Amino acid sequence: MGEMEQLRKEAESLKDDITAARKAVQDLTLQDHVAGTAVVGRVQLKTRKTLRGHLAKIYAMHWGTDSKLCVSASQDGKLIVWDSYSTNKVHAIPLKSSWVMTCSYAPSGNMVACGGLDNMCSIYNLKAKDGNVKVMRELAAHTGYLSCCRFLSDSEIITSSGDCTCLLWDIETGTEKTVFAGHLGDCMSLGVAPDFNTFISGACDFTAKLWDIRDGQCRQTFGGHESDINAIGFFPNGNAVITGSDDASCKLYDLRSDQELITFQDSSIMCGVTSLAPSLSGRLLLAGYDDFNCNIWDTLKAERVGVLSGHDNRVSCIGVTPDGMACCTGSWDSFLKIWN
Amino acid sequence: MTIRSDRDHGQHYRPRMSCLKKLEAIVVQMQDPSTGVKGSEQKLNVTTIPHAIAGQDIVAWISKHMNMDNDEAQAFGTMLAAFGYIYPLQDHKKLVLRPDGSLYRFQTPYFWPVQKSKAEDTDYAIYLAKRNIRKKGVLDAHEQEEYNKLHNWMNHKWDFIVMQAKEQYQAGKTRQKADRVVFDCQERAYWIVQRPPPQTHSAMDVLDRHIDPNTEEKKPYDYYRRIIIYTQQAVMRSRVKSTVSLGALVKYMATFMNHDPFLVPCLPSNPWLTDDDSYWELNMADVEVPTKMRVERWSFSFYELLNDPRGRSDFKIFLKKEFSGENLAFWEAAEELKWGTGASMSEKAEHIFKTFLAPGAPRWINIDGRTMGITVKGLEHPHRYVLDGAQTHIFMLMKKDTFYRYLKSPVYKEIQKKAISPVPHSFSDTQLQQNTRNRRLSISPIITWQKEQEEKAKAEAAAGPIDIKKLMASKLDRK
Repeated sequence: MGEMEQLRKEAESLKDDITAARKAVQDLTLQDHVAGTAVVGRVQLKTRKTLRGHLAKIYAMHWGTDSKLCVSASQDGKLIVWDSYSTNKVHAIPLKSSWVMTCSYAPSGNMVACGGLDNMCSIYNLKAKDGNVKVMRELAAHTGYLSCCRFLSDSEIITSSGDCTCLLWDIETGTEKTVFAGHLGDCMSLGVAPDFNTFISGACDFTAKLWDIRDGQCRQTFGGHESDINAIGFFPNGNAVITGSDDASCKLYDLRSDQELITFQDSSIMCGVTSLAPSLSGRLLLAGYDDFNCNIWDTLKAERVGVLSGHDNRVSCIGVTPDGMACCTGSWDSFLKIWN
Repeated sequence: MTIRSDRDHGQHYRPRMSCLKKLEAIVVQMQDPSTGVKGSEQKLNVTTIPHAIAGQDIVAWISKHMNMDNDEAQAFGTMLAAFGYIYPLQDHKKLVLRPDGSLYRFQTPYFWPVQKSKAEDTDYAIYLAKRNIRKKGVLDAHEQEEYNKLHNWMNHKWDFIVMQAKEQYQAGKTRQKADRVVFDCQERAYWIVQRPPPQTHSAMDVLDRHIDPNTEEKKPYDYYRRIIIYTQQAVMRSRVKSTVSLGALVKYMATFMNHDPFLVPCLPSNPWLTDDDSYWELNMADVEVPTKMRVERWSFSFYELLNDPRGRSDFKIFLKKEFSGENLAFWEAAEELKWGTGASMSEKAEHIFKTFLAPGAPRWINIDGRTMGITVKGLEHPHRYVLDGAQTHIFMLMKKDTFYRYLKSPVYKEIQKKAISPVPHSFSDTQLQQNTRNRRLSISPIITWQKEQEEKAKAEAAAGPIDIKKLMASKLDRK
């Protein structure tokens, strides 16, 4: 027991070392740096389209790279690919397990993936010759629910799971290539860097970790949240990370200086953040909350500059199109709304 | 690698509501006799209800104390009702806060939503049985259904449940009428929150987080060792000074601010607003003349230029003039190897070696000897990242040298001049309606991708190594 105590003390003192090292580099805070910048004016976004068709709570959505097609997953057991501009449904894919929690669109547009309480990631091929969408692969190796999945290309996909690990899969062979283990709580979400060399994961142990895809190592860990991290995303230039948590705050972390830069919170917001997405320039941060609204934050000044209200239930997912033109929110009221 | 975790993923209940503590603090404040919400006795039906508060008073108190406007205060109040901290006296099934004279009461702390315990089915069964005893047929349809279901499940302890219900009913009878009414209201409100009627949403809906944060886990022996090793490595990490990285972040945001459609209107018009997709038409990947904004974006960073297919093709034209197209071709081939299918990897690796790396190759790239040695060796057993070293070297070369020359070159200046600046649309209402009707389906990305593949194949065939001998032979023939 004495040895355990010693080890624990050593771990604590090392943690203090990291805090000291981070403080040493911090010769300027974000607040001071932008003291002269004005807050972005009030941003009013209105609902331009409502995508109706799901019959139960929508848990996840993801935009395709053409900025017009998106896929959404709902617990009525359907994965629907929408042409959001014309509000047509391009594909309605019935799922084997209706307890789906995440979905993703491949960058090439050829495949979609989904997963949930069945512990598997199912990949569907959209460009099958006969026009029917079929399951291409079922990736099963996780021992916990699938919380998030993101394609790297048509042959690789990364998944995060409730068993506290993330996996990199080879889709052709259907096997896992790398295990990213290190979190102490369920991994709730992941985001891939714009250059596809690294990815970040947020977990129920209140930390976010940056992983190198090539060698499977955790490069950096960011703490500071007081509750589970539900949503995570990269800043558009890939050098900063934004996390959203159940403690009703979002935090911006800088990767190069290994610091927490700023916290987005307000005393009037009590409900946890469920999802977030930065705008194209990164100046705006859109975050969906449990209180049925989305708030728009000015990333530099950490002030609210807008609200998206219109959903009748918790906003479960939000995504900004790759060309930055619009954002889509999906909610437990079974509707997807496109805002601009 | 083993999955390093031995958490028990058993059925521990754990609602994800860390906001409850904050709400409780606010509710206690609201109940303060001097500074809280003003309540009074109200006569409802025949009984007098003590400490009833009006909806509008609640909204007013919230907006004053939390410094928000009325809409937000109402939304906040509705959340309080949805979680069960206040309940409505009339229309008890709808848990919303109405900003008028309708009456609410504070729920007793006994019935507050608590993080630790779950509303048990047994208790619900007792509650329904009690109501059944009091007056037969008073249960709603969904409650009757639930009652029957519970009766089936818990048949083995039904006697216990009925006995408990009877006892509670008798105990209730001994209380004063006013107290009894109040308690009944509270209990009913609690169960509306915990077991919502169908077709209503409930704030108690939770995701299946199977870990109870309140239990202290026994740390395995090497847990601290691992943390120590990791932390030691982390301390030694190189960190960039804040001034530098903050400057870069702010500069990025400032540079892209004009390109952000949420902040600055885009030309000619935002298709989501006007239902006119000329913006997308003008910005397609293979368009002849790009827009000025797009061309400007290429100058921001080499990464932006390469990412935009039109920019990349313009860069290719420049490289052709400079006779250094092999760098970009190598980079593209390496990307294909990295992201392509596993089956085609050895074939691609061979092709790349023959075209770019072998001594005397037709499109030989200029990298230092060490990197060349490592890459060639790696190609004997190709894997996805075998070309990473060489690719990074070439990318840096292009970025630091070729990119800047491109920006100053006549090719770029010409495209800047040619680039169009579309006139902003101004549609009248009738035109907007027409646009909505004429909205076309967008092209499926699968078709776009297939077209791209076809064009790439054609380009590859055209750009293949020119066989000098054949060329000379054909020229000699003609002579």
